[in-house]
Amino acid sequence: MTATVLQLSDISYRWMGNTGFSLGVTDLSVAKGESVLLLGESGSGKSTLLSLICGTILPSGGTVHIAGQDITTLSAGRRDKFRAEKIGVIFQQFNLLPFGTVCDNILLPLRFAPERRKRAQDPIAQAAHLCTALGLPKGVLTSKATALSVGQQQRVAVARALIGQPPIIIADEPTSALDANSQAAFLDLLFAQTAENDTALLMVSHDPRLGERFDRVIQMEDVAQIQRGTT
Amino acid sequence: MIFQLAIASLFARALTVGMTILAIALSVALFLGVEKVRTGAKASFADTISGTDLIVGARSGSVQLLLYSVFRIGNATNNVTWQSYQDIAARPEVDWIVPISLGDSHRQFRVMGTRKAFFDHYKYRQGRSLEVSDGLIMDDLFDTVVGANVAATLNYSVGDPIVVAHGLASFSQHKDQPFRVSGILKKTGTPVDRTVIVSMEAVEAIHVDWQGGAQVQGQATPVDEIRQMNLQPSAITAALVGVKSPLQTFRLQRAINEYSQEPLLAVLPGVALQELWGIVGIAETALLVVSFMVVVTALIGMMATIFSSLNERRREMAIFRAMGARPMTILSMLVLEAMLMAALGALLGMALLYVGLVIAQPILDIAFGLWLPIDPPNMREVWVVLAVIAAGAIVSMVPALRAYRLSVADGMMVKT
Repeated sequence: MTATVLQLSDISYRWMGNTGFSLGVTDLSVAKGESVLLLGESGSGKSTLLSLICGTILPSGGTVHIAGQDITTLSAGRRDKFRAEKIGVIFQQFNLLPFGTVCDNILLPLRFAPERRKRAQDPIAQAAHLCTALGLPKGVLTSKATALSVGQQQRVAVARALIGQPPIIIADEPTSALDANSQAAFLDLLFAQTAENDTALLMVSHDPRLGERFDRVIQMEDVAQIQRGTT
Repeated sequence: MIFQLAIASLFARALTVGMTILAIALSVALFLGVEKVRTGAKASFADTISGTDLIVGARSGSVQLLLYSVFRIGNATNNVTWQSYQDIAARPEVDWIVPISLGDSHRQFRVMGTRKAFFDHYKYRQGRSLEVSDGLIMDDLFDTVVGANVAATLNYSVGDPIVVAHGLASFSQHKDQPFRVSGILKKTGTPVDRTVIVSMEAVEAIHVDWQGGAQVQGQATPVDEIRQMNLQPSAITAALVGVKSPLQTFRLQRAINEYSQEPLLAVLPGVALQELWGIVGIAETALLVVSFMVVVTALIGMMATIFSSLNERRREMAIFRAMGARPMTILSMLVLEAMLMAALGALLGMALLYVGLVIAQPILDIAFGLWLPIDPPNMREVWVVLAVIAAGAIVSMVPALRAYRLSVADGMMVKT
């Protein structure tokens, strides 16, 4: 068994306000280079779980280990920096800054992560390499992000998540804005790149058909317990 | 790179950002313009007279005396008799004295009767003397020396005839005695530029056939006869006085003010100017406050633009957050953006000011005799620009703090 890059243990999180909702995760782990699909309906706490993993919110109890570091012990500023260094993030859509070029967008996380920048060595060359590997047209680096199709934008987001080889990529329904053919092509490219970089992938989706392509499929309700507390 | 992205982000919203910058630019141009006119007017007033220790006229207010004798604004309520003038001239403290006689006009310009000594003793801008650019200082009884603006506006050159009208804006012209332009003065930036200067005797001469403001019917004394007459004036409007020692100024002033034969007034030009600033100061401050408020309004406008852009930019902020930007980075980006807008606005305002100055300079000169110099920006103006940028940063803190709170609450997920 290889080392784990992500390990959540005995997490409990209570939403702000008097909603009385709380989320608990006893155990969730992703190994190095492993691809995991987390299936869940909307409202099952997926977004909250991703925020906990990325460290933009803190659990009231339990630990979140990423690449060996318990991020719940870090200050907010350190967590932001840690996220920049260790996690590549891909959203459902609108991943890119509309006013920046493709190159600006890909290099953006390096701005906040000096170590990752060092690992990327020649960031622009690596960005160009990733774009080619992801099947983006030549010379795409200098075009405006908004000039690209949605499918291309999602691939640029993959390049951005991969640059500087972070140990794990968190993807929040990255294929939901794509049609079936594009979805397959997108996943092919994504898996090829995560494999090449030995990067773990945790993807969240509501679509069980994607499951067969992943090393492991986890149902949200199996790992996370939602409590509707009575007031 | 953050800087580049901030600029790219501004470019992406070029229209609203452009409007905001324009509003700031106009407000800064207005503020600097008011400041320019204010200091320009002050400097031009202060530069108008120097080297004169006392101005003497009939008793009125010191500001009024200063205004009509030096600036040709308003009129004298009374004259000074020739006897009084001579009594003052005979006093031991007096180094020199130059009489001034006002009341006639030529087209829109005022005619001033004086002595040749005026050209020796009248000084402007820290002791500069009047110089002719063409021709000579008057020699003959009917010679005139005209200011630079008079010559330029009426297209006069040396040797041209001039007809002087009696009173101001009058249609009854002294047609019988045509004057001649003997000299044109170099530009001074003072009311002298807009004055037609003749000799005291000439002022008497043109009034030979006049009584009570009207020409005596059928009477027209030939020019040759006038030349033979005793043209000593019976009264003058005011006199400029220089004392032998500055220490004697106050003694002479008191003596003139206590002169028993006639109510007279002697003022120190500098003191009268200070009094004038005291009066003008309130209006000046009001103008400055209003233009300052315009700058504040423009900056609040910018704040509103940033505020309204926040909602559509929550997605952007979430991307930055996901990439590892701290909420503090989001805040600084918004402040940086505001400072860029304020800086561009202030610099554009400065540029507008100079364009405005180039256009307005000749117009203000001809219309008001106000010469605004076009100088490179002074420290004061640099401070204004810096203050606008700083103020931009301060007002942008309000939306920036809101963005900060939003980005803490949103994290990477925008709940819409």
